[in-house]
Amino acid sequence: MQLSDYIQTTKQAKGILLMTHLVLGYPSFAANREVIRQMVANGVELIEMQIPFSEPVADGPMIVKANQDSLANGTKVKECLEFAAEMTATHKIPFLFMTYYNILFKYGVERFFQKAVAIGIQGFIVPDLPPEEGQEFLALADQYKIAPILIYAPTSTEERMGELARHARGFIYCVARRGVTGKQTDFTSDFEPYLARCRKSTELPLAVGFGISNREDVRYLTGKADIAVIGTATIKLVEEKGPEAVGPFIAGLR
Amino acid sequence: MNKTGYYGQWGGAFNPEVLYETFRELRAAFAAAQADPAFWQEYVALMSNYSCRPTPLTRADNLADHFGGARIFIKREDLNHTGAHKANNVMGQGLLVKRMGKKRVIAETGAGQHGVATATMAARFGLKCTIYMGEDDVARQRPNVFWMEKLGATVVPVTSGSRTLKDAMNEAYRDWVASMDDTHYLIGTVCGPHPFPAMVAWFQSIIGIEARKQILEQFGKLPARVFACVGGGSNAMGIFQGFLANPEVELIGVEAGGHGLASGQHAARLAGTDASPGVAQGYKTMFLQDDDGQMRDTHSVAAGLDYVGVSPILADLWEKKRVRFSAATDAEVMGALELTMKMEGIIPALESTHAFVQAFKEAPTMGKDEALIINMSGRGDKDIFTIAHAFNDPSWKAFITKKGREYAAE
Repeated sequence: MQLSDYIQTTKQAKGILLMTHLVLGYPSFAANREVIRQMVANGVELIEMQIPFSEPVADGPMIVKANQDSLANGTKVKECLEFAAEMTATHKIPFLFMTYYNILFKYGVERFFQKAVAIGIQGFIVPDLPPEEGQEFLALADQYKIAPILIYAPTSTEERMGELARHARGFIYCVARRGVTGKQTDFTSDFEPYLARCRKSTELPLAVGFGISNREDVRYLTGKADIAVIGTATIKLVEEKGPEAVGPFIAGLR
Repeated sequence: MNKTGYYGQWGGAFNPEVLYETFRELRAAFAAAQADPAFWQEYVALMSNYSCRPTPLTRADNLADHFGGARIFIKREDLNHTGAHKANNVMGQGLLVKRMGKKRVIAETGAGQHGVATATMAARFGLKCTIYMGEDDVARQRPNVFWMEKLGATVVPVTSGSRTLKDAMNEAYRDWVASMDDTHYLIGTVCGPHPFPAMVAWFQSIIGIEARKQILEQFGKLPARVFACVGGGSNAMGIFQGFLANPEVELIGVEAGGHGLASGQHAARLAGTDASPGVAQGYKTMFLQDDDGQMRDTHSVAAGLDYVGVSPILADLWEKKRVRFSAATDAEVMGALELTMKMEGIIPALESTHAFVQAFKEAPTMGKDEALIINMSGRGDKDIFTIAHAFNDPSWKAFITKKGREYAAE
């Protein structure tokens, strides 16, 4: 089933989907394994696995530290790919890769797509690759049937959203506010007109991320968006209370 | 879709989507400024009144006679206000910021030169200013931090990554993705996403325009070779642009050889074989990175050259063999600095001294009827703490120890 169809179908049953995020190798692959097990057992529908990069410019302090510590632990791209293969074989939900473009570029963009197909990865989120720079990437995504997840921002005009929608597949990742990951989002009066613009510009499902951290946020987004993205919140939870705290947290979100 | 902002295969604009409109506005403002002759006139007038342009082209006969080859000329960017070529770019972008109506500037800084220049411009133009500086650099360059703060800027120590220049750039970017409505990111070198390399190269071209005119006046013909140090590459691009159209003028970029290219502790992207193509910090160039694409730690005695990437424009000129690259080690730099001070009474910055090293190697092999130009991008006397430390000077150490005791007793 195509990613967007999976989202539409699942949403009818659940009201809103949960997509969670983690940084591979942080605090360890063993912890990642347990965290993912708990996420899936508690109903998460999509997981983005971030391959760490030394220059994560779109990320806030928490995820920057996670990237840095993972690399300091010696995490290699090859290990991330092996771990991802293990996860897709173990769990039935769709997995996505999130990373920065240099990781694909250095690996060989086409080779990376081939590897991702072999692993069973369904989408890529690459926040520093706008479509203007991603012609090869987009063509390969089409060829290998991996959804290129593009990003809308509150600063995106309708015209720009239209352009992005032409290239996007799977769903659109709507960044809830300006800035980097990890700060609480205040769903002010600006948010709803923005989300309305997002909705108008595409048929694809909408994921909303950046600063979504609790049940109230998820409830607020239900009926407005298709997917709520939980990023920094679970990384912080694992850091403070360990992987076993993730299950109850996820279960309490909807 | 058209691919703008490329130099051969290098450059581009790899930006997060949230900055798309900001960059569209910036490209438009830059294009309008370039198309308006009054803008460049205003820039030149500002630089001659507020800074010290045109900077002299100093004839260094003592050094030339010592080496017994080419005549040596030194382009004195050290005589700019704030002591380096950085002022050219900063004042130029400052004028652009005023045109765009933004109220705040942010910048990254390594050695602190670009930070001090930005803080100076912000004070002059009445802009709010935040400078991001790696925690390690804050510790190494306390005098510059002092001046930035006195000039009214907020200095933010960056604790992520290697806590140096590239990390300060990342942090400035993270500020910008939240603050772009009223804030301009005043990037300090010919790197980063388009249009920054083109914009910074344009403002720095004032160096080459002057140098070309001056060498023709003083020497009657073009120089055989032009030497410039290369960190990001802005002073090199500045002077090279005066001679790019003349293939008979050889252009030489000198990178930080650190402890030697074989040691792995250096910042030589184009002179060595350790760098490879990559995409980071918004642009494509040759980066010092590992097989996975993770950026490596770099080393140089000169903080301003201690950077993983290099201008996409220079990467292209390197690939096309228009600019030749070499590296100078930390030890060679200290030797050349001492010689230049003793023979000419001129104190180049550690960064600039890299260019002197290579020029000194080549001068004896050149004809007496030939001239070479060294771009002295900045002055060294302001780096007294760094230079005195590098020389391991005993009387300086005694002075600092005594001062330390005085402050501790207060």
